[in-house]
Amino acid sequence: MIAERLTAFVHALRANGVRVGPSETVDAAAVVEVLGLAHRERLREGLAAALLRGERQRAVFDATFDLYFPLRVGAPATPTAEVTELRDRLAAALTAGDQAAMAAVAAEAVQALGRYGNSPASDGYSASQTLDRLRPQILLARVLAALRADRATAPDFTERLQADEIRRRIQAFRDMVGTEARRRIAELRGTDRIARRAVAPTVDRIDFLYAGRDQLAELRRAVRPLSRKLATRLAARRRRASHGEIDLRRTLRRSLSTGGVPLRPAYRHRRPQRPELVLLCDVSGSVAGFADFTMLLVQALRAEFSRVRVFAFVNRMAEVTELISPALGESAQRILTEAPVMGLHGNSDYGTALGEFADRWLDAVGPRTSVLILGDARTNRRDPNLPALRLIAARARRVFWLNPEPPSLWDGGDSAATRYGSVVPMYPCRNARQLGALIERLLPV
Amino acid sequence: MATGFFTSVDEVAARLAEAGYLASTAVATTVFLADRLGKPLLVEGPAGVGKTELAKAVAAVADARLVRLQCYEGVDEARALYEWNHAKQLLRITAGRDETWDQARTDIFSEEFLLPRPLLTAIRGSEPTVLLIDETDKADVEVEGLLLEVLSDFQVTVPELGTITAERRPFVVLTSNATRELSEALRRRCLFLHLDFPDAELEQRIVRLRVPGLDAALAESLVSVVGALRALELRKHPSVAETVDWARTLLALGADTLDDAVVRATLGVLLKHQEDIGHATEKLALA
Repeated sequence: MIAERLTAFVHALRANGVRVGPSETVDAAAVVEVLGLAHRERLREGLAAALLRGERQRAVFDATFDLYFPLRVGAPATPTAEVTELRDRLAAALTAGDQAAMAAVAAEAVQALGRYGNSPASDGYSASQTLDRLRPQILLARVLAALRADRATAPDFTERLQADEIRRRIQAFRDMVGTEARRRIAELRGTDRIARRAVAPTVDRIDFLYAGRDQLAELRRAVRPLSRKLATRLAARRRRASHGEIDLRRTLRRSLSTGGVPLRPAYRHRRPQRPELVLLCDVSGSVAGFADFTMLLVQALRAEFSRVRVFAFVNRMAEVTELISPALGESAQRILTEAPVMGLHGNSDYGTALGEFADRWLDAVGPRTSVLILGDARTNRRDPNLPALRLIAARARRVFWLNPEPPSLWDGGDSAATRYGSVVPMYPCRNARQLGALIERLLPV
Repeated sequence: MATGFFTSVDEVAARLAEAGYLASTAVATTVFLADRLGKPLLVEGPAGVGKTELAKAVAAVADARLVRLQCYEGVDEARALYEWNHAKQLLRITAGRDETWDQARTDIFSEEFLLPRPLLTAIRGSEPTVLLIDETDKADVEVEGLLLEVLSDFQVTVPELGTITAERRPFVVLTSNATRELSEALRRRCLFLHLDFPDAELEQRIVRLRVPGLDAALAESLVSVVGALRALELRKHPSVAETVDWARTLLALGADTLDDAVVRATLGVLLKHQEDIGHATEKLALA
């Protein structure tokens, strides 16, 4: 029984992109044996220790764990139907920061407010419907007032932090409602099916093109760890590459001190020359999330290059190197408002933009420069201007095109991907994981 | 198989607390499992959350000796496993001039001339041992290969002496700051524990344990400020060690409540980058 549950759980994790081998499953079984099933949180931590290999997988793990090892089965014992009463209890739980009480309210709210449909085939529980009806966000002022009334002493410094703290608690409550709704649907439809669909992917697998606002924010937070990792790898590659060939002249001279026997060979070390990087980003609406993330990543990696210049375009090219900073929020948004990247219309036009770059900034590209072009190559049926791209490619050391669309879409509609791809190598780059791998592999040492 | 330091999760938590290490559910459970299943424990997490401290605390409560291998770029077999004492071998050969080569050879490759390094030391002893492999991510990939043999079979092969197997398994803790992705093979041999910043309640307990003179209300306030700082986008978030430092600073300054002036004056204890301090000053609306 428990073995079946465990293997089903492991399968669900695999389906969501967590690599779990048989040996880990055996470890997990040993964990269950040692810990028993009495404490749910201990079991959660124990299984996480045995099955996970990185913190990024944790969110997926937790969501799946809640489905396969639910806190309770069926509907809550004492369902409350009244919205106002639920709200009162939620306010009290938020004020006290009582996680268990919040979870109880979440369960009852999903039961009372989240149900939709009436035939057995189409009914279910919706988290967004529950939250729409309950509207936990309106409780903020009330909870703050309650906290203020509680405090006997004069207001002190931490009071200004309370609003943020309560907002975090409300967000935690929203997540609880989501978990509960998924659990209830899983009871109706079967756990395995829900586990495959309802669990959000890990950050580095979020598709750039379909990422929502929260996911983009999460991606931005992932920039620094990713850049640090890439920097270490690039540095290691550079170190290995600098193990040069034997320098014959110096080896012979050295051998004179050991009676002509070349005991200590001398190597010719290559002078480390950091490459230059030029980034050309399409920042139009469709691919802005991708451009935003890549610009931040490259900016974070700038110590690895002797020079990084970033250009952005929709249909006009503009240099935006100075505008990019992780502290300043969404770079793509700032670029659109502050840099002349748009001409008379707002549609992207690769041909004109590339032509303008070739006219005005061609001296930014030299024999040590790698050029990365980011965009979906959708030129709105205008002239793709291949000669301009050839001109850039001829001057640069290497040119790569990173396309956030999957190759199957490259030739549909107004995409000039194949034509551009015939001039410079084009790679699909759909999520942070692929981007990291491409940067590591493509950039010269 | 098991190292046998503990008998239950509750015991782990209680005994670690006695040694001055307050463990969360995750930490207590994972330490117990590592002890029970006899698997190495890989602890990952940001700097200053108490990864190394955990290993020291386990060694203290289990009354075990702590053997520490500090990894760094370029650490190699000779530094991690064992080395022959060449100088001593040369002296031995020069001292025994009249003997045959065979006699000399069997003699100079004996225990007496072996310099055990941390990994071998941890395996050889018969007393309880905690082996701490610190900052594993700093070591080169080759060293990971070396660790694989030691950590899966708890044995070391010295060609001249044969294979040395552990009489008693050490409790192994590997720490990593995740500057480099450790290899999949190494991860698979370990239990994984991500040690993150503690929640507010636990952090208050830690601060009050470490800084005994601190007022409870002040501890609550300062932990909530640190929590707010960690929610900001900063280059480096304040760690537990920095929270404790800050508590000590406030105690030394004699501050009994937090106000703008005190926080602004002491923000440097928590944040180590000028741009972070600027950012935080703005976000906390410090006048």
